[in-house]
This record gives sequence, structure tokens and C-alpha cells, in this order.
Amino acid sequence: MNTANEDGRSEIEDLLPWHAAGTLNPREAQSVQAALASDPELARRYELVREELAQTIHLNETLGAPSPRAMAALFAKIDAEPVRSAAPSINLAARIREFFASLSPRTLAWSAGAAALAIVLQAAVIGGIVLKEQSAGSYQTASVSGSASGEGAYALIRFQPQASAAEVTNFLETNKLSIASGPAAGGLYRVRIAATKLPAADLDRRVQSLQSDKVVGFIAPTD
Amino acid sequence: MQTTSDEVLIGRIAGGDRLAMQVLFARHHVRVYRFVLRMVRNEATAEDLISEVFLDVWRQAEKFEGRSAVSTWMLSIARFKALSALRRRGEEELDDETAAAIEDHADDPEVALAKKDKGAALRQCLTRLSAEHREIIDLVYYHEKSVEEVAGIVGIPEATVKTRMFYARKKLSELLKEQGIDRGWP
Repeated sequence: MNTANEDGRSEIEDLLPWHAAGTLNPREAQSVQAALASDPELARRYELVREELAQTIHLNETLGAPSPRAMAALFAKIDAEPVRSAAPSINLAARIREFFASLSPRTLAWSAGAAALAIVLQAAVIGGIVLKEQSAGSYQTASVSGSASGEGAYALIRFQPQASAAEVTNFLETNKLSIASGPAAGGLYRVRIAATKLPAADLDRRVQSLQSDKVVGFIAPTD
Repeated sequence: MQTTSDEVLIGRIAGGDRLAMQVLFARHHVRVYRFVLRMVRNEATAEDLISEVFLDVWRQAEKFEGRSAVSTWMLSIARFKALSALRRRGEEELDDETAAAIEDHADDPEVALAKKDKGAALRQCLTRLSAEHREIIDLVYYHEKSVEEVAGIVGIPEATVKTRMFYARKKLSELLKEQGIDRGWP
């Protein structure tokens, strides 16, 4: 590869962590996506980034949460603060935001309605898959008679925002995945990837292979 | 159901709305706590610090201008509080060598297991990064902050954000290599 291409790759490569986290603007995300499609080495390096992303989330999620003592301490301090004037002094930007939040102009209603419809459709498709699988007993072995049994191997997954409901459906069916719960905060779904528990190494391999699918924004093994 | 935005909550907090403060706290305190905990590495200190962070939010809400996301603003406050606490404690950030020496469990069973499990090895290496590298990895991967937002929180130019992220990832690869896992990069 020549120097110009290396420089181009380097610039794109610098953006990979943000692409994996979904925090690039649409133009940058498109550039990265195009480069990934045409450069196998870059795509391989992107998989390393995704591994880092998954394990960083895993690590942070094991840190636990503060005890109720933190909230009690905070509000004890707030109670000790001087009482504020009853008339709120909200800055202009906040006033504008609150003003729009309180109104339902037709344009806002239409766009919100369209967005809500898209979400409902996607949820309906996913929900349909779950029900279908539950009723048909798909992807279950004799050792796992009920979906609530908790048996099986699971992963947390977030789909790419641009993935259509049809693509998600196809991805789930092709890979014989079933959605166990979700979406949780951050658009995460818990999916069952095998009817029985898998050894950690096998689970990692399976998750890694799923990572390469274009509809997957983030995936990591979970209990 | 419509969720009140963080910005609207901050506007209400500026007006002395205690309930809005409770909502904002409930929404963000776990992430802020984890960010601080990864910096100070002490749960009791982290708990004390998050109440200080949210007290600052209460006090400064009126000055919030909405130039960044509320979560970004809170992480900036949290970072400042954590660094101040580290200075007070006389425990300046550990350099790479010291951190590695403290957390180098060369032959213990945990490391042996980590060699078999790449994910566990990666997590262990993440804890062995310097404070500066841990911080940027967490902000980008866990707190989902853009280049611009990280620059604002850490107080460095955007180009430096990308460079620092590159070196943090490079260090991670080196630590993995020490554990016998060669990622073929950089």
C-alpha cells in the first residue's frame, strides 16, 4: 500500500473507536463504513476495537453502584443550602427547550409520530419473532423446555441505528438467535445464542463471529 | 411517554426544584460513580465525590449554558473533583511502571486463566493502563463521548484526543503481548 493510502487509513483508523461507539457524525461514519468495506486489514483492526469496546463495558459494568448513603449525603447538603428564590431564573436556551417541550406543533408531532411508528414497527417485528419462537419452540432443545428457565448462552446486543427491521429479522433468523429481553437502556437486547450453556471460549468465538455482521453495533457475552 | 430532557431538568434545578435533582441523580449517578471510581480506585472516596459532584450541579445549574450535554458537563466536574481528591490524598497518578509493578500478578492463577480467556486478559490489561489512558478509554467506549466532548472534558485539543486514544490502545496491545496474546497490531 502506498503512503497516501497509508495516511488515509491512519486517519480513518483513528476514528474506529468512535465508530464502534456510535459517536461519529453521519458523514464520518459513512467514510469509515466505506473504508471498512474495501480494506480487509482495516476491518480486521476494527474487530480489535470492538473487542476493546466490549471488554471496557464489561469491566465498568462490574464496578457496581454507590450505596444509598451517597444520595442521603447529597440531599442533606442540599437541605443545608440557602433556600432559592421561588421565581426560577432559567437561562434562555432552557426556556426555549421547555417551551418546545410543552407544545405539540404539527411538524414536531408528525416527525415524532414517524419516529415512534418506526420504533413500534421494529419492536413489533422483534416481538413477533420472540412469540413465534416461543410458540414454535424454535432453537430449543429438550433440555430447555421453557424460555424462562434461564438456561442457555446469552449475549447483549445493540443493533446499528441504520439497520432496518427486515435486516434485523434476517440476522436473527440466519443466526438462529432469539431475543430474551430488551430493549434496555442504550438500546441493548439480551439474545439467546444457544439453547445450552457454552464454555466461555466457545461463547466468545460465537460472539466474535456475530460481530462481523453489518447490523451489529455492539455485542458482548453475558450471563 | 415523554422523558424530560437533562437540559430541562437543569433549568428546573436552577429554580430550586428538588424533585428534578432527584431525577437527574437517579439518571446519572451510577455512571458518574464508575467514572470517578476508575480514577480514585476507592469506593468510599468515589461515593463522597459523587455527592460533591451533584452538589456542584445543584449550585451551578443556573450557570449551565447548554454548550455541551449535561452528562459531559457532569463528567467534567467529576474529573476535576477526582483529581483534586487524588492531590489531597497525596496519591498522584501512578506512572505506567509503578502501576504495572503493583498489579503485576505474573504467575498467579488469575493470570494463567486470563491467558486462556482473551476477554478476561483484555479486562485485566485495561486495569493496568495509566490513569490518563484508562480515562480516555472509559470516556470513549463506556461513556460514549465524541472526540469533541472528550476534548472538552479532559481539556486537550481534539487532535490530542485521537493521539492519546491511539497510544492507550497501543499500550493495551503491549500489555496483552506480555501475557502472550499477540493481536498483530500496531
